[in-house]
Amino acid sequence: MGEAFAFLSLLLVSTLRITVPYLFAALGGWCSERSGVVNIALEGNLLNGALAAVLAASWAEAHGVPGALAGWMGVGAAVVAGIATGALHALITVRFRADQIVSGLGINLLAVGLTEFVLKVVYGSSANSSRIAGIPVWEIPGLADWGVTRVLLCTPLVLLAWCTVILVDRLARRSVFGLRLHAVGEHPEAAQSLGIDVVRLRWIGVMLSGAMAALGGAWLALDQHQFTAGMSSGRGFIALAALIFGKWTPRGAALACLLFAAAEALQIQLQGSRLPIPGQWLQMLPYLVTMIALAGVIGRSRPPAALGRPLEGD
Amino acid sequence: MNPSASHDSMPSQLDRLRSLGRRSLLALRATLPAILALVLALCLGGILVALLGRNPWTVFVRLADSIFGNAFGMGQVLFKATTLIGTGLSVAVAFRAGFFNIGAEGQMYLGGLAAGVVALLLPETTPGLIAPVVALSAAALAGALWGAIPGALKAWLGVHEVINTIMMNFIAFALGSWLLVEHLALFETLHTAEIPAAARLARFETFLPAFRGAPVNLMLLLQIVFCAASWLLLWRTRWGFEVRAVGQSAQAARVVGIPVRRRMVQAMALSGAIAGISACNFVLGYKHYFEEGFTAEAGFKGIAVSLLGANHPFGVIPAALMFGGLDRGGFAINALVPKEIVDIMQALVILLVIVLAPRLAGRMRREQSAPDRQGPQGEEG
Repeated sequence: MGEAFAFLSLLLVSTLRITVPYLFAALGGWCSERSGVVNIALEGNLLNGALAAVLAASWAEAHGVPGALAGWMGVGAAVVAGIATGALHALITVRFRADQIVSGLGINLLAVGLTEFVLKVVYGSSANSSRIAGIPVWEIPGLADWGVTRVLLCTPLVLLAWCTVILVDRLARRSVFGLRLHAVGEHPEAAQSLGIDVVRLRWIGVMLSGAMAALGGAWLALDQHQFTAGMSSGRGFIALAALIFGKWTPRGAALACLLFAAAEALQIQLQGSRLPIPGQWLQMLPYLVTMIALAGVIGRSRPPAALGRPLEGD
Repeated sequence: MNPSASHDSMPSQLDRLRSLGRRSLLALRATLPAILALVLALCLGGILVALLGRNPWTVFVRLADSIFGNAFGMGQVLFKATTLIGTGLSVAVAFRAGFFNIGAEGQMYLGGLAAGVVALLLPETTPGLIAPVVALSAAALAGALWGAIPGALKAWLGVHEVINTIMMNFIAFALGSWLLVEHLALFETLHTAEIPAAARLARFETFLPAFRGAPVNLMLLLQIVFCAASWLLLWRTRWGFEVRAVGQSAQAARVVGIPVRRRMVQAMALSGAIAGISACNFVLGYKHYFEEGFTAEAGFKGIAVSLLGANHPFGVIPAALMFGGLDRGGFAINALVPKEIVDIMQALVILLVIVLAPRLAGRMRREQSAPDRQGPQGEEG
């Protein structure tokens, strides 16, 4: 009984930590896709954000900035990198109206090449950066005792991720910006005729998307205290699947992220157990769950009507 | 026999020649965005090199020399291009059927696994002509299966293939890794035993001594045959017409009675088979074993190759040569700048092509529409 409880508690804690990059990337995906721009560049955003975070944090640490502050500077750098990556995607798809999926693919490949290039130039390694301190867990007396609360309330970026969920959810349903974004993604021509600046809103949506996904990358890097080549390992795509599974709503996407993260947490927990299942089979679990979830939800999940389609006319 | 018949055929042949000339001119102009994108990407790469404090000219000279300097270098380029022709063709075929096959990487990985395992299982006495055919077929089958799954998921459930193909890449890597670690790998390695000599594809160096040391092999000729066959299949058969119709508009295809779902699955299976078979360049033609990570992102580069080749079976050949050259050049300049600069330039080529191509095409169309109206006079004058 006690063993089962410990297992579940560990699973929950681990799920909450693993959810973070999925949440940020999925919410970022929401910002972009609600405005009508497919964003498979989330994967590249995660990578760029992670590297930017490590670069800034290690630079700050080398210049005597204390660990936590250096970590936050890393977070800031990730956001800047994310906005830049988002701007590139917006430039290609919104300004030049090129194919959104291909642009995303190109940006992902660019991110892979660029991060490994910088890794070699700065750290002289093709595999990983030097170690950084990261952002320590807040020590709040009374709260820091029980595992789940500790993770949820005392880990700054976990807290930030869930605050972002609430924020984006309110944005989606209660704000003028959210409603306009929705209109632009459903029927850009109609929105345009009502005086909404479609192009501008899409730029904002895609850049916000980059910033949020990059925060997910920052979490990955700060949590692992370093950047490793290809550390996003498909999370951007899984986040996109979570967005679809969550029917393109922030709440639904957040729940889907929890589900996918739970699959990954279970996989990691089982790796540590003595079950007679090969580790590689367990590794497939999150990817399989994603595919099954997508297959199960399709038909009941309706994408924004103008998703993938540039604004007509000029 | 009939003088009038031969008289009639004269102008028709001339017309055909003329249209051939016009078409090749058009094809040449269609490569313009690709060439422009390459030049721009090289310039941006040069700027990056300069930012590092190195001389871009030295780097480019080294790059060009490694590609064109000698037959060995060209053999290396051809070897790398061989794989990319296959993955590019795979993506192009899928594209014509309306699919983004981002799963060529995983399909190729499993194709290599199947080819390696089947070649190892073949009895020693298998004749030298049958063994490679069996191994190639195994690779094609494995790739076809891996491609057909996302095809079927889209055809019957409407799940977009982009996420599924990516997920299946990761599943393929895990599957291959498990088989290697638990069953296949030689002690303290991540590759299988060497396949028997009968199943190997001969290197060019066995009949062209100039290519000594370069791994370019018979697979190159096979890939070119596959390109031609795919072109015939897609543009000269009813099946191909139907597949392209599905790619243009599944709804319209359904209305005219084309079995849309079947064509979707078949096209993705074909795409997967081509990607799977591409693994044989490495497994049957070069290292003679299946190894973890041997695909080296060739599947993803295939997307770029296909785009650059205008998603056309013949277009992917020059595009693959270009990317193969860059890949080869990357290793040569690695001493000066990290070879990842080539990956950056390749990604930039993709982004530049999708921005440039519609612009240049629009301009060409405008230019052409004017002289076309007075076409005959223009040509005679």
